[in-house]
Amino acid sequence: MTLLSVRDLKVHFPVKVGGVFGHSVPLKAVDGVSFDLAAGETLGIVGESGCGKSTLGRAILHLLPPTAGTVAWLGKDIPPSAVHEMRREMQVVFQDPLASLDPRMTAGDIIAEPLRNYHSDLGRAEITARVQDMMAKVGLLPGMINRYPHEFSGGQCQRIGIARAMILRPKLVVCDEPVSALDVSIRAQVVNLLMSLQQEFGLSLIFISHDLSVVRHISHRVMVLYLGRIMELADRDSLYAAPRHPYTQALIAAVPIPDPDKERAKRRIILTGDPPSPLNPPSGCVFRTRCPHATAICSQAVPPLDSAGPGHAVACHNWPEIAASL
Amino acid sequence: MGPYVLRRLLIAIPTLWAIITVCFFLMRLAPGGPFDAEAPVAPEVLANLRARYNLDEPLFTQYWHYLGGLLQGDFGPSFKYKDFSVTELIAQGLPVSAQNGLCAAILAVLFGIPLGIAAALKQNSGRDHAVMGVAMVGIVIPTFVTAHLLLLIFGVWLKDTAFHLPAGTWNGGALPNRILPVICLALPFVAVIARIMRGSMIEAMRTNYVRTARAKGLPFRKVVMHHALKTALTPVVTYLGPAIAFLLTGSMVIETVFQLPGIGRYFVQGALNRDYTLVMGVTIISAALIIFANLIVDVIYGVLDPRVRYE
Repeated sequence: MTLLSVRDLKVHFPVKVGGVFGHSVPLKAVDGVSFDLAAGETLGIVGESGCGKSTLGRAILHLLPPTAGTVAWLGKDIPPSAVHEMRREMQVVFQDPLASLDPRMTAGDIIAEPLRNYHSDLGRAEITARVQDMMAKVGLLPGMINRYPHEFSGGQCQRIGIARAMILRPKLVVCDEPVSALDVSIRAQVVNLLMSLQQEFGLSLIFISHDLSVVRHISHRVMVLYLGRIMELADRDSLYAAPRHPYTQALIAAVPIPDPDKERAKRRIILTGDPPSPLNPPSGCVFRTRCPHATAICSQAVPPLDSAGPGHAVACHNWPEIAASL
Repeated sequence: MGPYVLRRLLIAIPTLWAIITVCFFLMRLAPGGPFDAEAPVAPEVLANLRARYNLDEPLFTQYWHYLGGLLQGDFGPSFKYKDFSVTELIAQGLPVSAQNGLCAAILAVLFGIPLGIAAALKQNSGRDHAVMGVAMVGIVIPTFVTAHLLLLIFGVWLKDTAFHLPAGTWNGGALPNRILPVICLALPFVAVIARIMRGSMIEAMRTNYVRTARAKGLPFRKVVMHHALKTALTPVVTYLGPAIAFLLTGSMVIETVFQLPGIGRYFVQGALNRDYTLVMGVTIISAALIIFANLIVDVIYGVLDPRVRYE
C-alpha cells in the first residue's frame, strides 16, 4: 500500500542578492523530487550538506510550504485544514536532541503532549501509564518521567524525542539526521531502537542522513540527492552493490572500510571542488561540473530518471556507458 | 522558595544601608546648603536655623542621628517645606505617584506584550513595520512633548466634545484627570516592551523545540502560548522589574505638566534646594522599590523556567 506519494516537489527560498536595490533569486533547495513510500518501508535519503535532504523532509511534513508539486498522503492531497489530522499519523525526530525538547517541560510532559493534543478524552492516569509504557519501550526508566531535558544525556534526549514521535502510533516517522549529533557508541543503539520500533508498530520511516553506513543498515530503499535533485533511487542492495550514478559511485567509494588492506586496495573516486551554489545551479545535469564522465549532452539536457533495473532509477545520460566501462 | 525570599530580604538591609550612607555623604559633599537663599540671611539667623536642624553638629553625629531616626520610621524634617516632615510629604505624594505608576505599568504590559507578539508572528509584514514604527516614535519622542501634545488635543482642541479631558489639574484624583498622565507615563514603556517582546519572540519561534511543537501537531495558538511565550517573556520580565519601580516613584516631567501632587518632582526640587532629608527620603523609597522589584523578578524567573533553582 502506498502511504506517501511525492510528485515533482519543489521548495525554493527567495534569497535577496545585491544590497538595497538587489532582486530576489530563488534558492532551489528541492527541485522536482518524486517518489512513493510504501507502508512499513524505510527510505534512506543521503547527500552532502546543503543538498536539500532536510528541506525535503520538512516539506513532506508540511513544516515548509512547497513552491510547486504535491505531497499526497494515502492517495489524497492534504489541504492546510487537514495538516493537523495528518500530523497524528506523520511524526518527526529531529537532529539536535537537546535543543528539540522544550527546556521548560519534563520528559513526561513532552512525551504526553501529543496524546493530550489528539486524545483529550484520556484521563491523567491513562496518559501517565501510556507515557511510562512508551518510555520503557525506548529504553528510558519510567522513574525519569519528572526530569527535565538538561538532566538527560544526548542519547537519552533522542530517546525522549523518539518516544514523543511514537506515542501516537504514527504510520510514518521522518527521522532528520537523528543520530548525527550522537556519539558513535550511542548511534547504533538509537538506530537499532528505531528498527525494532518499526517492526513492532509496522510503521514507515524516512531516514535522512549523510552517513552511508547507517543508511545501509536501516533502509530498504535509498535515495541519493544532489543540489535538490534525485540522482539515484534504488533498493538498498542494488544501490550499494551496483551504483549506477557517478555521484553515488563516488559517495560509496568514500565510505571508509574498517580493514586497512581492503581500504588501501579499493578503487578511489575523488570528486574535485565543492557542490555548486543552489542559487546558480549548472545547466543540464547539476552534477556535470564535478562528474569525471561528463560529456557534451550533460550541459544541454537535464537527465530524466531512467530505469536501470527493477526499482532502480538513475538520472544520468551516460550510465550505460559508465556501467559497461567498469 | 520561602527561605530564598527571606534571605534576599535580609540581604536588602545592608544594601539599603550602603545606599543610605553613600547618598548621605554625597549630598553633603555638594556645595551650598538648604538655607542659601538669593537674599543672604543674617549670620545669627543662619546659626539659629543650623542649630534647629542639627546642622552644626559634626557630620558623623548627624549621620548617626539620621540613621537612628530612620530605624524609628522618621525621615526627618523637610528643610524647604517647613511645616512638613519628609515622612508626611512621602505619605501624601507616594500614593498618587504609585497609583498612576501602577496603572501605567499595567497598561504597558497589556499593550506592549500583545503588540510585540503580533509583530513577531508576522515578521517583516506591514503589521510588523507598523507596530515597530509606532514603537520607535514612542521611544524617541520625549514625554514633555507627548504630554503637551495630549494636553493640546484632549484639553484644548476637543474641549467641547465628548473626548474632552481636564488639563493641568488633579481634582483629588478623579478618573478623567488621571487618564492623560497615565497614558503619557505608559507610552514609552509600551513601546520598549513591544520591541523587547518582538525580538525575544522571534528568537523563541526559531528554536528547535518550537519547530518540534509544530511538528507534534499542536495548534499554532498552543505552540505560541505554551512553548514560545514562556521563553520569550524572560527578557521582558527582566526589564519590567526596574521599570515598574521607576514608574511607581513618579515622573518629574509628568507631575509638573499635569500638576500632580506626587513625589516625582521631589527628586529634582529636593536636590536643587539641598533639601537633604527630602532627597534622602525619596532615594530610600525608590531604592527599596527597585530592590523589591528585582526580588519579584527573580521569583517570576522560577515560575517561567523550572530549571531555576532557589538555593
